[in-house]
Amino acid sequence: MTRPTPDSVVASPATRPGPAAVTRKRSPARGAGLRTPRWVGWLFVAPALAVYAVFVLRPIALTIQYSMYRWDGIGPSTWAGLGNYVKVFTDPDLFATILNAVKLIVFFSAIPVVLGLAIASTIRRIATSRLALVARTVLFLPQVIPLVAAGIAWSWLLSSSGLVNQLLTYVGLGGVARAWLGDFSTALPAVGVIGAWVLLGLCTILLLSGMSKIDPALYEAARMDGAGPLREFVSITVPSLRQEIGVCVTVTVIAALASFDIVYVSTQGGPGNATMVPGLEIYYLAFSERQVGMASALAVVLMVLVILVALPIQWLTRDRTS
Amino acid sequence: MPRRTRWNRAALAVVMGGTLAAGCGAPGGDAPRPEDTGASLSAAPTCGTEPVTLNAYIETGFPLPKELSTEFSKQYPNVKWNIREDQFAVITQNAPRVLADDPPDLMRLPQVSELVKNNLLKNLDGYAKAFGWDSWPASQLEQMRMTPGGKTRGEGSLYAMGLNFSMTGVFYNKKLAEKIGMSSPPATLAELDDVLAKAKSAGITPIAQFNGGATGGLAFPLQDLMAAYGPPGPINDWIYQKPGATIDTPTNLQATRHLEKWIKAGYFWKDVNAVDYATMMSRFIKGDGLFMFNGDWESGNLDKQMPGDVGFFLMPPAQQGGKQAAMSAPLTFGISSRAKNADCAAFFLNWVATNPKAREIGVKVGGSHPMGPADAPMPEVGKDTVTASTLAAGAKIAEDNGAMDFIANATGAIYAKSWTPQLQKLVAGQQTPEGLLKSVQSDYESQVKGS
Repeated sequence: MTRPTPDSVVASPATRPGPAAVTRKRSPARGAGLRTPRWVGWLFVAPALAVYAVFVLRPIALTIQYSMYRWDGIGPSTWAGLGNYVKVFTDPDLFATILNAVKLIVFFSAIPVVLGLAIASTIRRIATSRLALVARTVLFLPQVIPLVAAGIAWSWLLSSSGLVNQLLTYVGLGGVARAWLGDFSTALPAVGVIGAWVLLGLCTILLLSGMSKIDPALYEAARMDGAGPLREFVSITVPSLRQEIGVCVTVTVIAALASFDIVYVSTQGGPGNATMVPGLEIYYLAFSERQVGMASALAVVLMVLVILVALPIQWLTRDRTS
Repeated sequence: MPRRTRWNRAALAVVMGGTLAAGCGAPGGDAPRPEDTGASLSAAPTCGTEPVTLNAYIETGFPLPKELSTEFSKQYPNVKWNIREDQFAVITQNAPRVLADDPPDLMRLPQVSELVKNNLLKNLDGYAKAFGWDSWPASQLEQMRMTPGGKTRGEGSLYAMGLNFSMTGVFYNKKLAEKIGMSSPPATLAELDDVLAKAKSAGITPIAQFNGGATGGLAFPLQDLMAAYGPPGPINDWIYQKPGATIDTPTNLQATRHLEKWIKAGYFWKDVNAVDYATMMSRFIKGDGLFMFNGDWESGNLDKQMPGDVGFFLMPPAQQGGKQAAMSAPLTFGISSRAKNADCAAFFLNWVATNPKAREIGVKVGGSHPMGPADAPMPEVGKDTVTASTLAAGAKIAEDNGAMDFIANATGAIYAKSWTPQLQKLVAGQQTPEGLLKSVQSDYESQVKGS
């Protein structure tokens, strides 16, 4: 992005006297000895830092520590070194859970973002009509419904006598009808569809709000140059939404990799291990198999995986103009 | 500026490191609890006359423990109850932590071996002697016995008690049975196969069963088939983790092949891999399905929902007149090793098994056979009820010494992580009977070794 947007021209810090300039002017008068000691700043940060350390950093550190032990959660533990990690990557069942999570990215991330872009630009075109308001509300509704309720509702819809199969039979596709969540080949995609339904609204709203910031003059100029709606979308809308798309992709990819609730409610990882994802496997390992060490190791692997995937997305979608 | 930043970073690291260091040292540092040896008592304990509040942690959805506690307080007014309820899955996951941190006097328990290993349960040998529980039929208490250290189940000291013991078998819809001309329950496996085929060709789903989510209900017919083909002893040895026990035996293979034959013949619902327990029950009650492999905890419910229309029989043997076996398990309750009112809790458990009123509640509300001496008075039940036939089946199993624990109880994780996915794969045609038994056995070995 080399084109200067109106935003970057106005807000560019170099052209405006910033707080730094003000301080510089004032400081000689106060003298070096009277300057507030630097540690005072720490006092302000301390409460938040303490909470962060106790409730975020400490659990992470403990998880990493537990991952090096064999421990049932109650009794004495024995040192296992990196043995648990070796098992995460060599046990086909455990590794398959990670692959399933990666497959879910298509449904949780690709579909909501692509579809969300399309829907958002459609809504934007009809922004003044009442239909736009209704569409926005309906699309955002899944975000408001608790995921557990959504999972239960969808497992009814997708059951062998559910609405989905009734509709299929009605239009003469009865042969395709099946227990979508109980079939080895369709269970994971079916779970993915539930996730896509939940996340589509979030992406649409995010992208819509991003679109409202785009300068209408750009569209006018493009139209004068003879650009059609598609050209406008590709050349103006999508590039201007770089950061919003970045947020959407990051949030949804993390939702896919760390998915738990939808899977737990709709299939519990079955049939077979067709929909087993790391989040659910960690839970089973820790609370049903009582292998706290293994569970922690898988959790650490999942955390590293999320960071490895999320950081490049952040980097790719960063606004390079500033 | 760069130096300052570095200094600040160092300070931050020290502060953070200090917070984190609080969690160092190997996990599970609490000193190992002393092993309880169940010292003998001079007299049978009672609840005394002082006010006592018993803390109980029970399974939600089953009214029996609550009804018993109400009746108990009526007879012993100094005893009050503080009852906490959760789903069984929640209890299973929380059992060790609850017993360690917030010890209840009485708690509904999953399989006890992992809890005994950590010395979380009170050894009940002293009570058993004082109350005379050791003179009851041994099979009633066998599943709750553990050798020292929790290595093998089925023998050793007593660590829990039952409120009653349940019996599994085959329920059938009498109306549908009449339609296909089944006048009496099948007496052999071959006869059962015949009826199944007849039902199928009459357009009736032969077997109502669940196999969805994390609970593979085909384990019910599978274990019944195992007991039809072979003796129950080796199956129990496997469940009790006796050294060298294996599930991968020739008769069990025959049984698994038989189950596969049923699957391939379409005797189960097509969507059985998506059917959970509640769905199975509602479909069976609506009349979808001739047979249902389930337990007598549903007899009371079925007597109410489809009065007079449901029958029950034990899994028929492979040969005419052969011995019969069934999964039978006590409704297990234990006392925390750190319980405040252990004596009163034990007195309650003894009362449940011996008090006539309590036994009556046990049968009427719980639908299962009460614990207690073989000659204890049995409450009367209506002749045509399912409850009557499940109680009679209980007597037959006792006679044939055919009680088995459930193959899903062999280890804490074997059901959700092994039987269920394997049975779901068998339904989908992605696993062979040979492969199924081999997989389960290898999971079992790693779990027994790992725990």
